[in-house]
Amino acid sequence: MAQTKNLTLQRQKWANRLFILCALAALLTALLALVILIGDIFVTGLPRLNLDFLTSYPSRKAHKAGILSALVGTLYMIGLTTLIAFPLGVGAAIHLEEFAKESRFGRIVEINIANLAGVPSIIYGLLGLQIFVRAFQFDRSLLSGAMTMALLILPIIIIASREALRAVPHSIREGSYALGASPWQTVYHQVLPIALPGMLTGTILALSRAIGEAAPLMMMGALTYIAFLPDGLFSPFTVLPIQIFNWVSRPQQDFSINAAAGIIVLLVMLISMNMIAILLRNKFQKRTV
Amino acid sequence: MKKDPIIFDINDLHVWYGEKHILKGNKIEIEREKVTALIGPSGCGKSTFIRCLNRMNDFIPKFRHTGAVLFEKQDIYDAAIDPIEIRLRIGMVFQKPNPFPKSIYDNITYGPNLLGIRKRSELDEIVEKSLIKAALWDEVKENLNHSALALSGGQQQRLCIARALAVEPEVLLLDEPCSALDPIATAKIEGLITEIKQLYTVVIVTHNMQQAARVSDYTGFFLMGDLLEFGKTSQIFTNPRNQKTEDYITGRYG
Repeated sequence: MAQTKNLTLQRQKWANRLFILCALAALLTALLALVILIGDIFVTGLPRLNLDFLTSYPSRKAHKAGILSALVGTLYMIGLTTLIAFPLGVGAAIHLEEFAKESRFGRIVEINIANLAGVPSIIYGLLGLQIFVRAFQFDRSLLSGAMTMALLILPIIIIASREALRAVPHSIREGSYALGASPWQTVYHQVLPIALPGMLTGTILALSRAIGEAAPLMMMGALTYIAFLPDGLFSPFTVLPIQIFNWVSRPQQDFSINAAAGIIVLLVMLISMNMIAILLRNKFQKRTV
Repeated sequence: MKKDPIIFDINDLHVWYGEKHILKGNKIEIEREKVTALIGPSGCGKSTFIRCLNRMNDFIPKFRHTGAVLFEKQDIYDAAIDPIEIRLRIGMVFQKPNPFPKSIYDNITYGPNLLGIRKRSELDEIVEKSLIKAALWDEVKENLNHSALALSGGQQQRLCIARALAVEPEVLLLDEPCSALDPIATAKIEGLITEIKQLYTVVIVTHNMQQAARVSDYTGFFLMGDLLEFGKTSQIFTNPRNQKTEDYITGRYG
């Protein structure tokens, strides 16, 4: 008996080691691919990255071309997308989570929001083309682009905001109601402040998805060669992913160097947005615990 | 004219959560400016009952009731009654302390703020008065701007009582206020209950029979959704009429 036990233990020990090894291998494979990719981009693109590159408009000559219009276009579009998507997403989440009665309709809405979050972004581009560009006649403008992007990330914001609302303890709501607060006062004064960090984090993560999207905007017909800065909501525009895509598809070697440099700029933007999300979360977490 | 000594007159109250029949036709009269304790084993319906007194059950889906809950001779479930007004007049403190994640000061001024009181001096006075009544003032008067979450459990619960008193309710409902607290914190809360009962009507749900015996004037014993016995605390604990009440208070079950 003792021998059997000993044998089993030995076998378990080895199985355990093997499992840890497999997990480690999986992690390293994933990391390796990422390191090679980023390494390659940095080696190619970093020498090209300088102030001129950041402050020049696109050009037919690769060494003169820069990403100013794409960079500014991206910043404008993200700002505008936030202004549209955040209030809508948070409002929808508050209604679904705090006020909507449980019903068949509510469940259908819920399932569809989850489905919408999985719809390929190019479909949103088609939608934007048909509704904003053609039906509303906003043309291929910053506004059309931002509204399309807002639609794209709205489901993600709604889902994240609902989770943030659900994480607020029920006892807080009871405490507020017991003091004679109305449902709206309870949400506004007690629930929202606690849920806000979670909502912001979810929104920033959703925006960092929007920032890297080229497909919906290309579908919409956003331009690639823009030698000026957007001067209003209805101005034509371009964004970083489109500019990068454009450079990559050129035959000249020099343009692919520009693309690599553009990718670095995009990566830096993405990482800073994710950092802001983490900082926000940490800051608010400290305050509420 | 002298006020009617009966503040709550509950008649034939049935409550269902979905298909579950929780309260089965209870009749009880609660006296003004007295402490009424409700005891009974877990799941007997005493918490459901106390939540009917200020319509906190409204938030539970599938809640359904029949019968009358008369507060000052008016049915609080009448369609013409605003539940918000009811909750302003009938405050409540819950089993688990639930301070808002704000400062001590802001916790107490939340209710008055909702009523539109904004003047700093007035709010200061309310905060001090409420904390004194809740026997917490001396412990926190230096730290009113500290987070309420930094207080101990017992202090948090007294803060919740102070918060409820800040809107000057007529009735204070306490739903097992001490079940999450240690004996010292419990003693403090019992002390403050005896203090405030000159000013407020108090209804307290408790698991702890000694507590009911110590603080209350009247006691009701619930079992399986029925109010089996209701009477003066001294009578219930020394000379219960119902055999099951006697079994419970002598610790034979529950």
